[in-house]
Formats: sequence, C-alpha cells, structure tokens
Amino acid sequence: MSKIIASAAIRGAHKIFNMAEQKYREALEKFGPGQEVGFPNTAYYLPIIYAITGIGVSKIEDMKRVLDICKKLIPPPVRENVPLPYLAPALDAGMATFFAEEIIEAIRYLEEPDRYAINSEDPNDKTIWLGAANDVIFRKRGVEFVDGTAPGFAAIVGAAPDAATAAKIALELQEKNLYVFMCGENGGKRFTQQLQEAGVQVGWSTRLASLGPDIYQAVFAIGFACRVAMAFGGIKPGDFRRNLIYNKDRTYAFVLALGDVTDEWYANAAGAINWGFPTIADTPIPQVLPTGICTYEHVVSNIPHDQIVQKAVEVRGLKVQVAKVPIPVSYGPAFEGERVRGKDIYLEVGGGKTLAVEWTTTRRMEEVEDGKIEVIGSDVGEVTAGTRLNFAMVAEVAGRNFQEDFEPILERQNHHLINQAQGIMHIGQRDIAWIRISKQAVEKGFTLKDIGKIIHAKYHQDFGAIFDKVQVKIYTEEEKVREILDKARATYAHRDARVEGMTDESIDTFYSCILCQSFAPNHVCIVSPERTGLCGAYNWLDCRAAYEINPEGPNQPVVKGQCIDEKLGQFTGCNDYVKKASRQKVENVSFYSLMVDPMTTCGCCECIAAILPMCNGIMTVDRDFNDMTPCGMKFTTLAGSIGGGAQTPGFLGHSKYNITQRKFLKGDGGLSRIVWMPKRLKEEIYERLQKRGEELGIPDFPDMIADETVAMTEDEVIAYITEKGHPCVAMEPLM
Amino acid sequence: MPEEKERSIDGATVELIKKAERENISTVFSRADVMKPCPIGVEESCCKICGMGPCRLPRSKKDEGKARVGVCGATIETVVARNFARKIAAGTASHSDHAREVVSTFLKTARGETMGFSIKDEIKLLEVALDFGIEIEGRPMKEIAIELGEKALAEFGKQDGELVYVKKAPLKRQEIWKKYGVTPRGIDREVVEMMHRTHMGVDQDYKHILLQATRTALADGWGGSMISTDLQDIMFGTPVPVLGAINLGVLKEDQVNIIVHGHEPLLPEMLVVASRDPELKQMAIKAGATGINLTGMCCSANEVLMRHGIPSAGNFLQQELALITGAVDLMTVDVQCQMQGLQGVAECFHTKLVTTSDRAMIEGATHIEFHPEKGLDTAKQILKMAIENYPNRRHAVYIPSHSQDMVAGFSHETITYLLGGLFRASYRPLNDNIANGRIRGVAGVVGCNNVRTTHDAAHIAMIKELIKNDVLVLTTGCAAMACGKAGLLTPEAAKEFAGSGLAEVCETIGIPPVLHMGACVDNSRILIAAAAMVKEGGLGDDLSDLPVAGAAPEWMSEKALAIGHYFVASGVFTVFGTTWPTMGSEKVTKHLFEEYEEMFKGMWAFEMDPVKAAHLMIDHIDKKRKALGIDKARDRVLYDMAMRRALD
Repeated sequence: MSKIIASAAIRGAHKIFNMAEQKYREALEKFGPGQEVGFPNTAYYLPIIYAITGIGVSKIEDMKRVLDICKKLIPPPVRENVPLPYLAPALDAGMATFFAEEIIEAIRYLEEPDRYAINSEDPNDKTIWLGAANDVIFRKRGVEFVDGTAPGFAAIVGAAPDAATAAKIALELQEKNLYVFMCGENGGKRFTQQLQEAGVQVGWSTRLASLGPDIYQAVFAIGFACRVAMAFGGIKPGDFRRNLIYNKDRTYAFVLALGDVTDEWYANAAGAINWGFPTIADTPIPQVLPTGICTYEHVVSNIPHDQIVQKAVEVRGLKVQVAKVPIPVSYGPAFEGERVRGKDIYLEVGGGKTLAVEWTTTRRMEEVEDGKIEVIGSDVGEVTAGTRLNFAMVAEVAGRNFQEDFEPILERQNHHLINQAQGIMHIGQRDIAWIRISKQAVEKGFTLKDIGKIIHAKYHQDFGAIFDKVQVKIYTEEEKVREILDKARATYAHRDARVEGMTDESIDTFYSCILCQSFAPNHVCIVSPERTGLCGAYNWLDCRAAYEINPEGPNQPVVKGQCIDEKLGQFTGCNDYVKKASRQKVENVSFYSLMVDPMTTCGCCECIAAILPMCNGIMTVDRDFNDMTPCGMKFTTLAGSIGGGAQTPGFLGHSKYNITQRKFLKGDGGLSRIVWMPKRLKEEIYERLQKRGEELGIPDFPDMIADETVAMTEDEVIAYITEKGHPCVAMEPLM
Repeated sequence: MPEEKERSIDGATVELIKKAERENISTVFSRADVMKPCPIGVEESCCKICGMGPCRLPRSKKDEGKARVGVCGATIETVVARNFARKIAAGTASHSDHAREVVSTFLKTARGETMGFSIKDEIKLLEVALDFGIEIEGRPMKEIAIELGEKALAEFGKQDGELVYVKKAPLKRQEIWKKYGVTPRGIDREVVEMMHRTHMGVDQDYKHILLQATRTALADGWGGSMISTDLQDIMFGTPVPVLGAINLGVLKEDQVNIIVHGHEPLLPEMLVVASRDPELKQMAIKAGATGINLTGMCCSANEVLMRHGIPSAGNFLQQELALITGAVDLMTVDVQCQMQGLQGVAECFHTKLVTTSDRAMIEGATHIEFHPEKGLDTAKQILKMAIENYPNRRHAVYIPSHSQDMVAGFSHETITYLLGGLFRASYRPLNDNIANGRIRGVAGVVGCNNVRTTHDAAHIAMIKELIKNDVLVLTTGCAAMACGKAGLLTPEAAKEFAGSGLAEVCETIGIPPVLHMGACVDNSRILIAAAAMVKEGGLGDDLSDLPVAGAAPEWMSEKALAIGHYFVASGVFTVFGTTWPTMGSEKVTKHLFEEYEEMFKGMWAFEMDPVKAAHLMIDHIDKKRKALGIDKARDRVLYDMAMRRALD
C-alpha cells in the first residue's frame, strides 16, 4: 500500500467509524437497545460482520460489540516522517470500515424503509436503489457464480464522465458476463443514474445492480461475496480467513473507482483487498503493484475508460470466455434478464396471441447445409412496429455422433440462447415459446434470421463435439407453422414417454456433476435417470451429453457397480467415486434417502426436504418460499446449514422435478412421507403430483399435503394430516 | 595512529574518540593501536589445551612440505578444528546460559514468585506450549506456563532424543541432520561433549570434531537462542513495530542518564517500569535534573528498543565512548560483550558502573545483584543510585548531536501480520514478490563490531549493496544498530537506497528495506521466518532452497561463530568478514567452505571486502533462484472455472 493510500484509507475509516458510532447512539436513544435490525429477508444477519466475526447482529444492542472491535482495528493516523508499517493497519481499517458501514446501513433500513426497493429485483416507482440482495435474490444470482454463468462482479464506485461512457463500460462488463454492483457518487453524478439516462435497463435481471447512492453501500457487494462463501463454500461464520481466501480464489470481483477517490473510497478499497478484490481507477492515484494479498496487483490507476474493463479483468486474473455470435446486438448471459415491454416491442411471436413453436430434430448429413438460415415468410423488414407473427423454428442437426436423445437437450437451450441477445426477450419452450424483439434491436439491424444465426453459432460453440452441421428454418406463415407444430408435438410426446420409461435399474452408468466444485470443493452430485440434479438444471441425459461434449469436463460417467442396498440406493461404484471426488470428505451416499447418508448439496438446490419427527413425515420447501416453515427454519437457514457439501442426515437438497420421480425418498418410505410444502410449489407440480399419487393408490394425495395456508408449525401439520388421513401417520417410524 | 575516519564511519564515535585522545583516556581504539593480533593465534595454529604445549604450528617457508603436528602428534587440522569447535561451544554456552536465566525467571514468574514480571503474551504462550506438546484445552494459563517452564528447563539437561524445536525446521532439513547425526539432544550435553571431545587426546579427526561443533551450534540456534526469544516474548511481549532513536545523541544533558548494557532483558525490563515511576521522577527533579533518561547499549538496548522503543545509545564499540560524554550517571552491565575497560573509563568521570549478574563481576565496579524475586526493588535501587549520582557530575558534559530515528520491532509474528493485516496475515506476499523478482532474495546481516576494521563500515557497505540489488535485509545485534545510525531502518531509506523492486514492496508495506529483528539471541527469529517462508510454499521445501544468505562482516565474539555455524548447518550460505579462525588449515577451511555445501547445502565463506562479500551472497541467491525456476519473468495466469474447480 502506498503511504498516501494507507493514510487516506485510515482517515476514511475514522470518518466512517465516527459516523457509525453517532448513528448507533442516535438509534439506541430513539429505538432502544432491543429494537430489531438487519437487512431484509436474510439468514446471514449483517453478512460481513457475521462472516468475519461470527457475530449475528439482530438488535441495536448487538452493534456495541462490533463497534468496540472496530475501535481496536482502526489504527492511529500514519505519521508523515519515519512512519510505522501501514499496509496491515490500513487493511484492518478497511475491514472496520465495512463493519461500520453495515451498521450505518442497518440503521438506515430502520429509519428510511423506502430508501431501497425491498425484496425486488428491479427498481420500483419510489426508488432506483436496490440495497442488500435478500436471500432469494442472492441464491438465484449466487447459483450463476457457482455454475460459471457469471465469473464474478465489478463493484463500480462513483460515476463516469458522461452517460455514454457509463453505458459503454456497463455493456462491456455485461458482455463479459460479469455482474455490476453500483454505488457512490462523483461530482454529483452516479453511475446508475447515468445508465438510466442512457436508456439502459438497471436491476438484478440485467446484472446491473444499483446498490445505492453512496459509498457506504459498497458493503452490499462485499456482503454478497461473504454470503457466497458461507452458502456455497460451506464456510462457517467467523472463519474469516477461509472466507477471505475462498473469495480471493473463487469470486472474481474487483472495484472500478470512477472519479475523485475520497478518503472514504480509499477505506473501502483497502477493505476490499482483504477479499483479494483489487481496485482499478480512472484517476492518477498512486498504484500498488506488488502482489500477494490479491492474486495480482492491488491498485492500478489512471486507466482510460476504453481500456478499464479489459485491464480490470487482467488485474483480477480472470479468464473470460466471450461468446462470439454474428448478430448486430450484444450477446451474453447478462442480457438474459432484460425485458421488452409494451411500447418498446417491434415484433412479437407466441405468448398465447399467435402460434410459436421451436423444434430441434435430426437429419441425415447430406440433408443439412451447415450455417444455412432460411426465413420462410415475413421477416422484420416486411412488417411494421407492433406486429405479431406466427412462428416456427426448426433446427435441423446432423452428425456422426448425434443421437436422438440429444435433440431435447439442444432444444432446451434455445430459451437462454435467444434470451441472451440484447433487446430480445424469450420465454417458454417447445410449443409455448414467446419472443419479443425490441425496437432498439431492430434499429441496430436485428431480424428473425439473426435468431437462426444465434442457434447455429451457439449450438456449435457449446455442443460442437456431438454434431457436425446445423441449419435453421424459420416459418412465419400460419399454415406452414401449423404443419411444423403437429410434427413437433408428436416428437414431444415420444420424448416424454421415453424419459418417463427410464429407470435407474435400466442402465449401468450414472453421471457425476462437479460443476459446482469451483465454489463447493467437497460437493459431488451424481445424477441418475430417476434422480435429476438437485439444481433442477441437469438430468441424466444432459449429463451424458455434457460428458460426450467434454470428456474432461465436470460430468463424468460413474459405473454404478454392485448394489449394496436397494432400498436406500447405495452402489459400490458410486460410493467409490464420491469418496474420491469429495476429497475424502464423504464416504457413502444414498440415492433415495434423507435419513441415511443423504447426498450433499452445494447450496444450489431447488428444494430442501427436512424431517418433521413428530409427524413421522418429511416436509420440503423451495427456494422461492421466503417464510418460516414447520421445521422451524426458513429455506435460507436450511440451505445455510446443509450447503457447502456437508452430509446432514435428516435433510436433503433436491430438484422440484425429483419430487414426482418414482425413487424420491424411496429409502424413507417414498413420496407418501411428504406432509408439507409451500402452496405455490404444490400448484406448480400439481398435475404430476396427482398422477404419482394415483400410482401409489392415493388419489387425492396433493390435498393431503399441508401448506402454509393451513399449517405453519409441526403441530398444525400433525393436526392437518391426521384430519386428512395422510398415509404417513400409519407408516413405520422414521426415527 | 590511524586516521579517525578509518576508526569509524559514525560521526558521534569519531567525535568521542577524539575527545578520549585529548583527555588521554584509554579506549578499545587506543589499545588496539598498540596491541596487534597474534599472528599465530589469528589463524588458530596454536594448541594450548594441555600442559605439554603450547604448541605453535604456523606455516613456515623453511619447513614447507613437512607435517605440522604438535608434541602429541595432533595435526594442524585437529588443532584448528578443536579451536574452532571450542569457540562454538563457548558461543552456544553464552546464548544458552542467557536462555537458562530467562527460563528460570519465566518459571518463577509462572509460579508467582517474581516481582514485577508477568505473562504479557498469552497467545504466544499457548503457541509455544503447543510446540512443547502441552495440553492447553481447558487449563488455566498459570498451569500451562508452569508446565512450559519446566519442559523448557528440561531442554538444557536432556540426554537423549532431540530438542523440541528441531521439529520447527522443514522435514527435509531434519532428515539432513539425522543423516549426519547432528540433531541436538540436549543443550548442555552438546556443549559438555564438545568440551570433552576437544580435550587432549580424545576426538582427533577434524571432520568428526566439526560434526559435534555442528550439533552444538544447532543446540544454540534451534535450542537455547530460540527458547530464550520465545519465553522473553511471552514475558515481555512479542515485539511489534515501534519508533526508536539511536546514537549517543539520545543522552540528555539535563536528565539522569542510565544506560543498560549487556544482553539479558530481565533487569532492563524492570528498569523500564521503574523509570516511569512518578516518585523516582520527582526524586530526579529534586536532584536538579528534568527527568530520567533510560537508554540502552548493545543487545540490552535492542531488547528494550524492540519492546518499548527505549532509545539506544549505541553498539559494541561505543560503550566506553558513551561514558566519555561525562553525561552517564550510571551504567548497568550483566553478561556478554561488556569490556573491562569500562571501569577505567568510568573512573575518569563520576559514572557508576554496576554489575548485576551473579555470573559476572568487574573489579572496581559496584555489584548490585539482580534476582527476579525482587526485580522491581533492585531496579528502583539502581535508579535511585543513578539519581543520587547526578549531582556528582564533575566534568563538562559533551554529548554529540547525532541521533537518528528508526523503526524496529520486527518479530516473525509481526512480519506475518504486516504482510496481510489481521485477517490475511501470511508470508504469501513476501514469497510472491520473491518469486516475481521484485525482491531478489533475503539476507541476514548480523553480528558484532570489531575494532580491527572500521566501525560500522562493513555492515553499511554490505547492506547498502544488498538492498541496492533488491535483497531484503534482516538484521540483529550490533549490525542492526549500525543500520539504525546510518538511517537504513527508516521506510524512507527504501526509496533512497533500495533497488526499484525492493523499494516498491517496502513502499507498499511501509517498512524499511532493512528489518531490525532484535538482539543477537534473536537470530532464531530469522530461522523461524525462513522456515515460515518454506512452509508458505513456492520457494522449495528446505531452508537451503530459499534464495537467502547470511553474513557477519564485523564479527568478533564466539557467539557470532555459533550463530554463523547454525545458519550454515541449517542450509544457509554464510559469509564472515574481518578475520577467519580456520586459516591455519586449508583442509579444515575447505571442509567448511566447500564440502559442507555437499553435506548441509549451506557453507561458510570469508571475504574482507564487504561489497565483494555482498556479491558472493547475491550470486548465491541467484543460483537458488535459478534452481527454483524463478530467474525468469513468468506469464500472468488467468483463471477460468475449470481451474477454480481444480483448487483444493
């Protein structure tokens, strides 16, 4: 740390600490020591304080202890001549700064409840500031860090010289798939406001998260990183060293300081270095180039705006794979969440108003001319703004290694592949597809043909190993569309029947998924036909295809081996694999039990099932359900305690789809053990649940499952299931 | 008579040598002019271990080609090796007897039997207790401390097995020691065996004698010295960076000046406490002074500087000169490096020289024995004596104006902290910046002053050359004090004297390019720092793989030889200057300078010219860099998800 930076950081820490102390004193007086405080809907309290010190601040009185720690951490100012070493004290001061800012922000939530758009992914009418991500948003976005969709985040502090530059920087970061967390102000300007001025859509859904207007909200970005380590890395609160090093090694974040760097900014930058997050500035501040705490340089300065993103990525040591798609708009996962609304729509297909179908099918090699894209019927050029068209897209794939089983895998990608184009919105799949093309995209020259180009380019990039050629035909005339629709529907029915018919017994090889080991190094998923991946994103066929595409990748064949226990679903081959791949942390794993050797979760699971001992049953809760559950824990608390690759009997992470698969919890009595789930989840899977109940001879099974409208406690669940005559009441004891 | 500038590069020293000459006061400088070194003794070609000699075995043109043997038939190799080994035994005994006193005080403190002492660093107590295999879970500190004191004391008398601290060395190093049978068993045992084996008619194979010398030296570095440092830290606090000042200008004309001189920090710690006593301060004012000015000399100074920022009056060759200022009302001495000449100088002034150790008296000096049981009382008694002596100043006081600010207090623990803060403390940034070449390597430059060479000159010339070439320097003892006086212990010195890479790292951390790690007994801190560098990874798996080197360019004491030899035996290339005590035998010298590299991967060298010596060290560092494959710039690695998954 240069002396100038360290001196400023320490000064900044003093200022922020004094402010926090004053806020605390005022709040203590105004609200009393017992007043509850915290960021909304999170199990991680004030997450930096929680992650680093293990102290869960939930009341105003808890803040005292933290402020006392801050006082010890912040050193006296750096002497001008013959100073004592200042790097370490400045880093400590930076940490104290974050603690103090979390306290400031927690009190702000209390004093100004409308300051931030609570529980919202996007700005609302009252505010453009999003504040701290609640656990639902955090998990949804965190999963993208874990699976590599988002390689990291840029914390932007301050503002660019003008709106156009801001938009350009944001776009470049989005194109590199990075999240952008924005806070702070420079010369009365703020980066978020500049983006809005430039017409850029801001919010979690476009990865442009407007955390807040001041520097203090930098803590929401750092708190996010702390939570990633606790939720997915299994790092315990208070285990500060592991949390920090985890983030240095795995969360590729950095700070972009745009504008005059104040003492407070320096204090925050010094704090971020503890996590290995360097600062890249556009002003000529001193540099800190020697390496060690960050992977490479710590502070790099005076970088022109057209180079700053590239420089930041390099300084952080991040390799970004950018998809090259030959279309006239930007492309990447960051544009996936963008919406195209009413007045912005140029062309719309599907969505219940016109027909829209997407079908990927196999052709013989000689029938396919690779890269040929045809639009049969009207394209954008032939219609006026606001037009609706019928739409059928057939991707015809050929190749020596291509198998019919791969068709649905490719086809299922269409949604996010198309959605990743800037200014294009895609919803649904198969015959319920729905596409909107914005006026802005059309202005840049986007046409329906470009959708074909996306499919061609991305199929090759992501699945090139399993096919050789692909051509795309897009139809917009109703008659032709109906013709395709019939053929496609026949295929869908055929596919569904085939997947439905696959059992774990019918094959001898399962597939592993260790995609999440980048964040949860001990966690191992094994995916079988009757146990889809707990994240809901990968079934057995997906994993098999992934292996064929990349034989060295995170999905590996696991030979089942001998069956040790049929009821629990334990296999010698799987146990051997899990032991090795979990780095000896997990010895045995049951495919069908939550009571005996349950499979671990990284924290990305869609649902968590938990035993309700007094009910002799099991509840499950999905990650979109925010409230308390009958087991006494919210989803996020459950995920916090079982995530990170730990085996916790009595708890199991699983996908929504898995609930109605035949082997679900077979070792513990099967689906009939399920006594409670959130109403919305029940509605979502109602049809399959009904069908599976009938198979089990319980025709009205969905109604026997309690939900939050009838039972919030275990006692209420018992009362409900007893009244309904739920089968688990008479089953053998679970424990 | 030599020119003053050849006596010292330090202005204060030169001024006071002149004053001594004017006033016809005998000092080490004037005595050295008339007392030339014995030409046979200087190359250790003389054997006087039995009553049949002394046998002088110098080379002579006349007898060229004839075997050089003593009356008993002992070869020149045996004679030189025995003399060398005995010096190492004496050096080891000195550090270890110092350590014994520390352990004894520690144990008494743990039992609550001392006055003024306490356990200041409980975390270090627990860490050291764990090193000693002591159960700490659920036990009171007192009990742990008592057990640690007992176990540490047992290290001295242990007969078999190995010293506890041996296992703090990298595994590969421990294996090398085992291979040559030099793993130390018990501290006293190795010294005793060394004395026995060099008695008339016992061990008479020079290589075999030197193996025991090696084991003895290791019992110092990884035994006595290390125990001493650790327990001193527990009792007095592990040093953290502190601002201090050095040179005779720290003496104050209008205050009661007390200098603590010697090595053991026990009494000095109590003097620090007592000097802040308001009653005594009042007494000083009554006596006509404005206050009490406690300062240090030699390693006692280093100890109280490291922990309290007490100013240092100067290093070894300045001890008599301090009294020549006429401003010193009292000087205490305990053990090691205190010249008997002090009493003669003191008698020329009003100064009281007080001996305080039951092991060391000086004829004519006042003896006030220090016992930890009444430590603080004794300290107060000494201070009172100094205050009472203040009105007795009878000469005009002459205090040179030289005083230089410095930052000291770099313990191993504090370096870990400084490199990453409380939350990310580690040696990673140091290793990283060595690997990327900003720092070329690390050198330990330590040791004494020697009146046979220009005071402080070799230290400063060598160290400036090293830091100019991006070598970070760790220093202790009188070498550290030389650096302090020359302004090298300030962060500002990095920009002025260091190469651009080292300067950049120093600027980042806010450290001087030369780190003061304490007294000569604290060279164990350098061993531990080096072991931590190996453990951090990326720079090999043994101390000998590290791009490091050691030196003592102005050495004079037997302790320096023990230190140098434990560094060599730990795998470090070590260069001494001024004089070398095996020149009597080419074979012994070759064994230590060349064959030891084969055996221990560390070896001795001798070079009078400090700049040339620095380049020997730099060449060695470069050789190690090449072996590690860090001699060339490496490409930046950018990480993708697959690489993150592959992380442990």
